[in-house]
Amino acid sequence: MNPFNYDADQLLNVAHQVRRDIVRMVHAVNSGHPGGSLGCTEFLVTLYFRQMTHDPKFNMNGVGEDLFFLSNGHISPVWYSVLARAGYFEPKELATFRKLNSRLQGHPATEEGLPGIRIASGSLGQGPSVAIGAAQAKKLNQDDKLVYVLTGDGELEEGQVWEAAMYAAHHKVDNLIWTVDYNGQQIDGPVDAVMSLGNLRAKFEAFGWKVLNCDNGNNFASLVPVLDEAKALTGQGQPICILMNTQMGYGVDFMMGSHKWHGVAPNDAQLEQALVQLKETLNDY
Amino acid sequence: MKDFPYSESKDTRSGFGAGLLELGRTNPNVVALCADLVGSLKMGDFIKEFPERFFQVGIAEANMIGIAAGLTIGGKIPFTGTFANFSTGRVYDQIRQSVAYSGKNVKICASHAGLTLGEDGATHQILEDLGMMKMLPHMTVINPCDFNQTKAATIAIADHEGPVYLRFGRPVVPNFTPADQKFEIGKALLLNEGKDVTILATGHLVWKAILAGKLLEEQGIDAEIINIHTIKPLDTEAILASVRKTGCVVTAEEHNYLGGLGESVARVLAQQLPTPQEFVAVQDTFGESGTPEQLMEKYGLNEQSIVDAVKRVMARKA
Repeated sequence: MNPFNYDADQLLNVAHQVRRDIVRMVHAVNSGHPGGSLGCTEFLVTLYFRQMTHDPKFNMNGVGEDLFFLSNGHISPVWYSVLARAGYFEPKELATFRKLNSRLQGHPATEEGLPGIRIASGSLGQGPSVAIGAAQAKKLNQDDKLVYVLTGDGELEEGQVWEAAMYAAHHKVDNLIWTVDYNGQQIDGPVDAVMSLGNLRAKFEAFGWKVLNCDNGNNFASLVPVLDEAKALTGQGQPICILMNTQMGYGVDFMMGSHKWHGVAPNDAQLEQALVQLKETLNDY
Repeated sequence: MKDFPYSESKDTRSGFGAGLLELGRTNPNVVALCADLVGSLKMGDFIKEFPERFFQVGIAEANMIGIAAGLTIGGKIPFTGTFANFSTGRVYDQIRQSVAYSGKNVKICASHAGLTLGEDGATHQILEDLGMMKMLPHMTVINPCDFNQTKAATIAIADHEGPVYLRFGRPVVPNFTPADQKFEIGKALLLNEGKDVTILATGHLVWKAILAGKLLEEQGIDAEIINIHTIKPLDTEAILASVRKTGCVVTAEEHNYLGGLGESVARVLAQQLPTPQEFVAVQDTFGESGTPEQLMEKYGLNEQSIVDAVKRVMARKA
């Protein structure tokens, strides 16, 4: 059972605030990754405010809870905001993002003990393996909850993710839902220009995965039913993959649809321009 | 010179296999993973008795390290098994981020370390693993000397909360340490008291140091021999106490002299007790094909090399 179980309007309300948090966080330190963070806002808000059984009081082992792993750790701003807004820590701590002596490291880490983070990520391609291990630990513990992992699409250029894909199908890790943020952008340009992924759906299917498409991961009406369907398909001997179409930078018009805002912070004027597009719904930190 | 009787010679990797089996019976949280080398790692007995607690990963070491890190979330204590080369250099970033930096309770168990792998040659003979692993914050690094000690170390690391690198090998070596020993991580073992020189040895070089001690005794040299089974944390107290007495030290290891035990000892001495030191180690080269004995001789890792190093270092004593 999710501790919030929000409806679409309530989810949208949280998403507005999370987007404000993201742009304010990266602006404040003139660094960080707003593009992917904005693009995955609906996804993370849905997981924490509707989908997952989880406890903001947080314990590392998470027995009896659904677990989430962020493999593309550079989109830490969206995760930190969602964790704070869900009660893992005080939203005011978002002001320490990327600063000295902060628990909110540039990329997620466990070293400083930030509640909600179970493993460091940032060096890409490792999250699916970790999620598989956590999913198999759940099976050993007779824990029927699920494990979610998010990767980027450019991240799929790392070989380790395909080792993980092969393993999960072979070992029937069917309590695992791997979502790919399919925004088609990476640092050096469009994924198709940098290193095209080919037919991603066919690739995952050939590896033995059940694959679902989400047409618009920036629309709750499109996203929520796919997440529900994914959950319904667990426990049937196959790992589940969601190819989630999103727009990098979604919600801030001048950041949308381009790789240019992958890892660049807005300046003062751009921040103002962004914030007028994003309603303050839960009080700025 | 003390006598070190033994009834048989065995491989240290079999000590790992025996320790893992015992852990299977005594600690239900212990699980094992292997990347297509269960025979070489002697994991067969564990797998036979606890098939549900074993995960075959195939030839995919990076994935294995990540899965092991994930298994700790939920309270499992994963032991990964593959050759030392594929346990370290091949997966350094996975260990660094998902295990060491994340403080995960993973036991990286590495066989076929060093030159004594033999005929397979330099692609498989890693001589840099101790250095890579000891540089990682939070990592404990252990290199036991014989079957009994490897078995005891395997059992001990399950009770240690945090990442561990356990290094062992392929050749049979005299099994001279007690079968009932309790392995204390970070506690050096004084094997032979002496006054003229301190020999600090690790892994397969411990037995070579004992052989060297006997040769030295015949020449009137009284060597203190210490088994440094834990490279990190290093037992600096034991090392300093011995070196204060002898005034010179030889380190001996099946590893590059860069990054190994010798450098760790040199750092301690440089800061606290500057002392002449000689290094019995590989001189910044790769290995090659050959029998283990041939390789240990060619690369200067046998008892005669230790004797020669002792003479060099004693000549440097003030």
